[in-house]
Amino acid sequence: MTTTAVAQKPRTAPVARASRWPVYLRFVLLLGFVLVFLLPIYVLLVTSFKPLTEADPSQAWSLPRVWTTEAWRVAWEKLRPGIANSFLLTIPGSLLSAALGAMNGFVLSKWRFPGADVVFTLFLFGMFIPYQGVMIPLVQLMVSLDVYGGIPGLVLAHVVYGIPICTLIFRNYYVTIPDELMEAARVDGAGMLRTFWSIVIPVSGPAFAVVVIWQFTSLWNDFLFAVFLTGPSSWPTTVMLNNIAGAQTVPYSQQMAAAILASVPTMLVYVLLGRFFMRGLMAGALKG
Amino acid sequence: MSRLRRSRLKRWLPGLLLVTPSIVLIAVFVYGMLGWNFRLAMTDQHDEISEGSRFVGLENFVALWDQERWGLSVRHAIVFTLVFVGGALALGWLLAFLMEKGIKGEGGFRTVYLFPMAISFVATGVVWRWLMNSGQGEQAVGLNRLFQAVGLGFLENDWFRGETWGMAAMAIPAIWQMSGYVMALFLAGFRGVPEELREAARVDGCREWQVYRYVVFPFLRPVTLSALIILGHISLKVFDLIVSVSGKQIITDVPAVFMWVAVFDAHDPAKGATIAAYIVLAVAVFVVPYLIWNARREKRS
Repeated sequence: MTTTAVAQKPRTAPVARASRWPVYLRFVLLLGFVLVFLLPIYVLLVTSFKPLTEADPSQAWSLPRVWTTEAWRVAWEKLRPGIANSFLLTIPGSLLSAALGAMNGFVLSKWRFPGADVVFTLFLFGMFIPYQGVMIPLVQLMVSLDVYGGIPGLVLAHVVYGIPICTLIFRNYYVTIPDELMEAARVDGAGMLRTFWSIVIPVSGPAFAVVVIWQFTSLWNDFLFAVFLTGPSSWPTTVMLNNIAGAQTVPYSQQMAAAILASVPTMLVYVLLGRFFMRGLMAGALKG
Repeated sequence: MSRLRRSRLKRWLPGLLLVTPSIVLIAVFVYGMLGWNFRLAMTDQHDEISEGSRFVGLENFVALWDQERWGLSVRHAIVFTLVFVGGALALGWLLAFLMEKGIKGEGGFRTVYLFPMAISFVATGVVWRWLMNSGQGEQAVGLNRLFQAVGLGFLENDWFRGETWGMAAMAIPAIWQMSGYVMALFLAGFRGVPEELREAARVDGCREWQVYRYVVFPFLRPVTLSALIILGHISLKVFDLIVSVSGKQIITDVPAVFMWVAVFDAHDPAKGATIAAYIVLAVAVFVVPYLIWNARREKRS
C-alpha cells in the first residue's frame, strides 16, 4: 500500500526488553483506533444503501434490511454537473501549478540570482496566509476584469496561491540533484533553458507526481475559493454537495451517497498514489 | 561595468527572468491584496453600491468589538483551537509512539489514520453532522444512539449545540481529520533519532523510559513546533468544517464564517475586510517568527 517518503526504511524492532510495552498490547490499541477512525465510513456506506422506509432513528446503526442503490442514482444525478466542473478545474489547475513550480524550484535551487533566498521566504509566507485576507480584493479584481463567477477565474486563483507550495516541493527535490550535472552542461555550452529542458526535466518525474497529486487533491477538496468565486453554473463538487446536504428535504441516504461520490476521485488517488500525496503533505511542514 | 560583472550578470539574469512571472503574481495577489484588504478595512464602505469611500482609520477594528457576535466568534475560535490543537497533537503523538518501534501491518495502520486528510470537510461534514446529532432518548441517532446501544447512555449530549462545550465537540471531526498527519510528522521524528544514541544511553544504564526522556523526546522538539504551527494556523482559519457541520448558526460561529456572512449576507465589504484582517494578524503572530526561525535553520545546515 502506501509507504511514506518521510520514514526511512521501517526498522526491525530492536531486541525486546523487559520494560517495553508488550507488542500485542500496542497492536490491540492501534486496532481499536482503526475501528474509531473507520466509524464515519461505516455510517456513510450503510446509510447510502438504505431505502427511505428504514430512515428512522431506531435503525440508525443497523445494516440495511433491503439494499438499494436508489439513493446513489439520485445523488449522482444531482451531483453530476459539479463533478464535471471539478474536473474542468482540477486538471488544468494542477498542470499549470506543476509547470510554474518546476521553473521556480529550478531557478531557486540551481540557477540562483542574488536575493533568491529572500524571494523564497516571501513565497513561503504565501503558503500560510489565511485566504480570507485576500478574498474580498480578489473578488473585486475579478469583477472588474470580468472573469468573476467562472471556472477560469477559479483556476487562476488556485494556480497563484499554489505557487508557494509547488515551488517548495520542486526546490526541495532539485536540491538533491548534483551540481556537477549543471556544471557539465555549462561546460558543454548549454544555456539555462537548455539545461532545464534537457537535463533537469527528464529526472523530475517524482516531483511532478507529488505536485500534480497534491494540487489535484487540494483543488478538488477546496470549498472556500469555490464558494467565494463561482456562480451556480460553475459550482464544483464541494459547493454542490454542501447545497444538497444543507437542504433539510434531502434524505440522509442521498446525502451520504453524494458525500461518497464527491470523495471517490481523491480516495482513488490516495489509495493508488498515496506515497506522493504524503510527500506533498510533508513538504508543507517545511522540512527540506 | 567590468567584464567580470557583466559575465556574472549574464549568468544569473535568465534565472531571474524565469521566476519573474511568479514574483509578480505573488507580489500582486498575496502582498498587494493583503494591503488592499487592510486599506478597505480602514474605510467606511459599508455597502456595495455607493461610489467612493472615506478613510476612517481603525474605527472598524474598534467597532467590531461592540458586536456580541464578534466576541462570541472569537471565544469560539479560542476554545476550538485549544481542543483541536491539543487533541490532534496528543492523539497523533500516541499513534506514532505505539508504532515507532515497528509493528506488524504498519503500512495498513498508516493508511487508515491518514485517509481523512484526502477527503474534503464538506464530505465528512455530512456524516459528522449526523453522528453529532443532538437528538436524545427516543429521538437519538448517531453517536447518542450508539452510546445507548452499548450501555453508555449517560454520555448522551448536545454535541455542537451545547452552550459551553459546543466548540469542543466541533473540534472532534477536525482531530479525526488531522491527527494522522501529526502521526506522520512524529513518526518521521522518532525514526530520525539515531539508533546509536539510544544504544549508548542503554549501555550507560538508562532504563527504557529514561532513554525516551533524555534522548528521544528532546529530539522531537522541532517536530512538535512544526506541528503546533501547522495545526494552529489551520485552526484560526477554520471554515468549511463549520459550514458543513452546522451551517451559519451563531452557536458555532467563528471569525471565518462571520466574515462570509458579512460579505454575502450583510453586503458590508469594510466589515468583512476588518474580520479578515484580524484573522491575518492572528495567523501572522504564529507564522512569521516560525518562518524566520526556519530560514535561519536552513542557513545553518
